[in-house]
Amino acid sequence: MANTQQLEDITTQVRRDILRMVHKVNSGHPGGSLGCAEFFVTLYNEIMDRKEGFDMDGIGEDLFFLSNGHISPVYYSVLARSGYFPVEELNTFRLINSRLQGHPTTHENLPGIRIASGSLGQGLSVALGAAQAKKLNGCNHLIYSLHGDGELQEGQNWEAIMYAAGNKVDNIIATIDLNGQQIDGSTDTVLPMGSIKGKFEAFGWTVLEIEKGNNVDAILKGMAEAKSLTGKGKPVCVLLKTVMGNGVDFMMHTHAWHGKAPNDEQLAIGLAQNAETLGDY
Amino acid sequence: MKTYENQGSKDTRSGFGAGLTELGKTNENVVALCADLIGSLKMDDFKANHPERFFQVGIAEANMIGLAAGLTIGGKIPFTGTFANFSTGRVYDQIRQSVAYSDKNVKICASHAGLTLGEDGATHQILEDIGLMKMLPGMTVINPCDYNQTKAATIAIAEHHGPVYLRFGRPKVANFTPENQKFEIGKALHLVDGKDVTIVATGHLVWEALEAAKALNEKGISAEVINIHTIKPLDANAIIASVSKTKCIVTAEEHNHLGGLGESVARVLSQHKPTPQEFVATNDTFGESGTPAQLMEKYGLNADAIINACERVIKRK
Repeated sequence: MANTQQLEDITTQVRRDILRMVHKVNSGHPGGSLGCAEFFVTLYNEIMDRKEGFDMDGIGEDLFFLSNGHISPVYYSVLARSGYFPVEELNTFRLINSRLQGHPTTHENLPGIRIASGSLGQGLSVALGAAQAKKLNGCNHLIYSLHGDGELQEGQNWEAIMYAAGNKVDNIIATIDLNGQQIDGSTDTVLPMGSIKGKFEAFGWTVLEIEKGNNVDAILKGMAEAKSLTGKGKPVCVLLKTVMGNGVDFMMHTHAWHGKAPNDEQLAIGLAQNAETLGDY
Repeated sequence: MKTYENQGSKDTRSGFGAGLTELGKTNENVVALCADLIGSLKMDDFKANHPERFFQVGIAEANMIGLAAGLTIGGKIPFTGTFANFSTGRVYDQIRQSVAYSDKNVKICASHAGLTLGEDGATHQILEDIGLMKMLPGMTVINPCDYNQTKAATIAIAEHHGPVYLRFGRPKVANFTPENQKFEIGKALHLVDGKDVTIVATGHLVWEALEAAKALNEKGISAEVINIHTIKPLDANAIIASVSKTKCIVTAEEHNHLGGLGESVARVLSQHKPTPQEFVATNDTFGESGTPAQLMEKYGLNADAIINACERVIKRK
């Protein structure tokens, strides 16, 4: 088991990866990626029970599905640093002929990816299908998924949320990245969604909140509790309160860095705030 | 000329149901999903025999497509069932990203395609679905002609790895192909030999093409009839070989001429063997309420329309 310091060190390196990836190609989505760095690092290093290597069916291990595919930089960095593919390949992010497409895809056979995502609102349905397959296969492992809060404006989510409770899909922990921001501004100004907790509960889910979604200990504790709530006849939702752009001061608390890369000077400032820990790729 | 006998009219959707029943017994990885149309899709038997492998998703087609994509992760072979309109246009982006681009082994099974849905009218009569589906990279598109062939196609697609769109219909139509036939995806079936004109038909129009060929024969015109049950991948060699002999072609389908079988055939011929072609298809229009026979006559999709098209195209040689 990794201790808190080790998880934080990995997170710092992942932040550097994110900044360097989007800076190199002057495109990509750093804000949401940075906000979810602690979650991904904790998930892949501590929370999920994973097999060595990668096969599509993933029988005998926990599986993860990313629905808000635009935060591919954090996904790629954590997959590479968890051994799915060489970290040097992060150099190819968004370049022609790369397996690291702008949004994640199975099309280029990148290990670790099980579904394409990017067009929003589709990931929960897919994760639920995989959860049903696990039950049919008698596999007791869990399905984890991550969704943006703005993404919940897509109607397909609510079909899936209704389905999951109605069919007692209780081997899934769906996490919502509650950063309160989307491309055009705060979620409250773009399309107010009211109480997301209340909505999930009204649809029959068990809901758990992690107030400090950028704190690895809080994530570990919250996700352990979420795990203990699975297998009880209800799907489990985690509301993860994060700060978009976390760890790079000028990118925090704003939607401005949703889909914008830092320039040379901004990169230098961001990297100075996150000293190398595991070694840059 | 070779003729075919109607063994007793049946609906192609019942062929799908019978095929699914068979798969339930023979392939434990086959699972089925339906969006509140179990009776219409003839999925009752599968549901009754394999409740643990059947998923009623409610009136939520987008979620159904996503669930199906997810079920493939773990080795399942999902067959989704709803009307053709709700199987394609309604869920195009879900199919595009979660199924086709993700290369998932999902079988999208679509009933009530085309005008022959009848009285429900244009909201339900999709005439654009072949075009939508054939444009997706990696998607196989199949439109079998009768009950026996639909049953055989249903069984065959379970053995094919990759996304498939299987299109069939509501009304009882002639059942004339062999029972328990082997279905080969992408292989055109040569039904009648002829020398004056080639008729390439798909789905319900295949029987109409056979009726047309009989009438043309009586007028002294020798028509070759080919059943193209697979629109993608298209059996280009069979089409090129036939027009090399006949020098003209009529395509016939229960679909808009934009995006349908006819355009696929025209692309092949314009590249490899430019040939005069006439299209029996709807002319960039929506359908309307009416009986299937009335609609097929009004929109020019029956044997008479094929006969007229053959006579027109022969003059263009």
